[in-house]
Amino acid sequence: MDVKELKQLFPVLNQEVNGHPLVYLDSAATSQKPIPVLEKLDEYYRGYNSNVHRGVHTLGTRATDEYEGSREKVRKFINARSTKEVIFTRGTTTSINMIAYGYARHRLKEGDEIVITPMEHHSNIIPWQQAAKATGAELKYIPLQQDGTITLEDAKKMITENTKIVAITHVSNVLGTINPIKEISDIAHRKGAVVVVDGAQSTPHMKIDVRDLGCDFFTFSGHKMCGPTGVGVLYGKEKVLEEMEPVEFGGEMIDFVEMYDSTWKELPWKFEGGTPIIAGAIGLGTAIDFLEDIGLDEISRHEKELTRYAMDQLKTIDGIQIYGPEERGGLVTFNLDEIHAHDVSTALDSEGIAIRAGHHCAQPLMRWLNVSSTARASFYLYNSEEDIDKLVVALRKTKEFFGDVF
Amino acid sequence: MSFDNLETLYRQVIMDHYKNPRNRGTLEGDDSLTIDMNNPTCGDSIHLQMKIEDGKVADAKFEGEGCSISMSSASMMTQAIKGKTVEEALEMSKMFSDMVQGKEIDADEIELGDIVALQGVSKFPARIKCATLAWKAMEKGVQEDQKEE
Repeated sequence: MDVKELKQLFPVLNQEVNGHPLVYLDSAATSQKPIPVLEKLDEYYRGYNSNVHRGVHTLGTRATDEYEGSREKVRKFINARSTKEVIFTRGTTTSINMIAYGYARHRLKEGDEIVITPMEHHSNIIPWQQAAKATGAELKYIPLQQDGTITLEDAKKMITENTKIVAITHVSNVLGTINPIKEISDIAHRKGAVVVVDGAQSTPHMKIDVRDLGCDFFTFSGHKMCGPTGVGVLYGKEKVLEEMEPVEFGGEMIDFVEMYDSTWKELPWKFEGGTPIIAGAIGLGTAIDFLEDIGLDEISRHEKELTRYAMDQLKTIDGIQIYGPEERGGLVTFNLDEIHAHDVSTALDSEGIAIRAGHHCAQPLMRWLNVSSTARASFYLYNSEEDIDKLVVALRKTKEFFGDVF
Repeated sequence: MSFDNLETLYRQVIMDHYKNPRNRGTLEGDDSLTIDMNNPTCGDSIHLQMKIEDGKVADAKFEGEGCSISMSSASMMTQAIKGKTVEEALEMSKMFSDMVQGKEIDADEIELGDIVALQGVSKFPARIKCATLAWKAMEKGVQEDQKEE
């Protein structure tokens, strides 16, 4: 994998920001888009923009073929059994909310439990808080270890016969923790619970095999994996999807509509009410082609090396505090001395380096870490050791700058 | 290499207010206005208390959590509005908001004092909300107070 060559395929990366070549270290928030994806969107809009699944004209057929072709690409990409199990949504947040509304709320009752972890993104906390409030179910947390991991012993303790839903992130967007989904699925299934996985931070970076993971639902976003914004995926085993109710009613998702009652289309279309995210889904298909051409294993290997390098280099800075375990996904969250993360981020931005600062949509986790905000550098296939070196130099300067004024 | 342009933002007086915040703490008694406000996108928060007597800001104190810009701005704001009438405080808030957005302001109209140091924020649009948090809290408190009367 030639990173320099690869970087040329991402137009956004080849620009100067504040007088410096851009160093983009915020891919966990959203990734940049390669030329093939941009061209595919352009081709769709210029060449065959049409609504799908309606009408019988030529453009409509082409759009439908491309849209459904993308669904097959997603199926293969995550190794789902059938395209019936692949639903296009607006993103991970929408996918999780659809499960919470369409599946969980119909099943939960008082005395039932929903089990999550404190390292969840807000999008995998709030839908469950709301579902718990609406049904009288109890929301429980598997506790975190000092290093920001969970243990299977604790999972076994928290997941009981009363647990109906276990919702967990595959990779933490703050700590980088990689959770043992396969083992959690086993534990949950033994108690009869259904497992929902937030795959927003894992799917872009590693080979996903939903059958191997064993989870019942798996969710992810296109924009974090070189695809367009506004498209994501809800994967569910056919059985749970058959049991799930649509949350959006309208065109496209119906079979027959009578005056006072209607029936739904079969899977997966019963969950895709209204004109679907046609361009987004088609663009996501191309993003998948792009990632698979390079190879997910190759991307994982590259990021693993880069993350190791970043951890080692960052640790040489006096006064840096790094959060999370040693073994982690491609991101490093930290604080530098007493300097607020926003101030660090502004200083780095003035050197053309883009990182994320704030609570990362994980306020409960921030409280657990006992900080109000943190800085996060996250990596993707187009980042290099040179980017990390620039980050380290800029952080040393930041320390000096604020050390002087303090 | 230097952080030249950063110095337009992080002026000495700002860092001084950040390091040694004025009016940090809580007001005694239960006759003060209390406003909690946060910036949900970044997590900065302020707990502002004000005592309004005869249409004037008799006292103001704050507690909070945030970056150097939001906290120094809160410190400067409490200092600036003390002794001012409510109308003057609101007028200052408007001027401040215009200033950090890079709009022309008539500095002779009201003495802004240390606050002028935050002018550099206008060059850093991502930080405008940090600078205005305390002022927004003050406005909210005053408006609620006026509604009650």
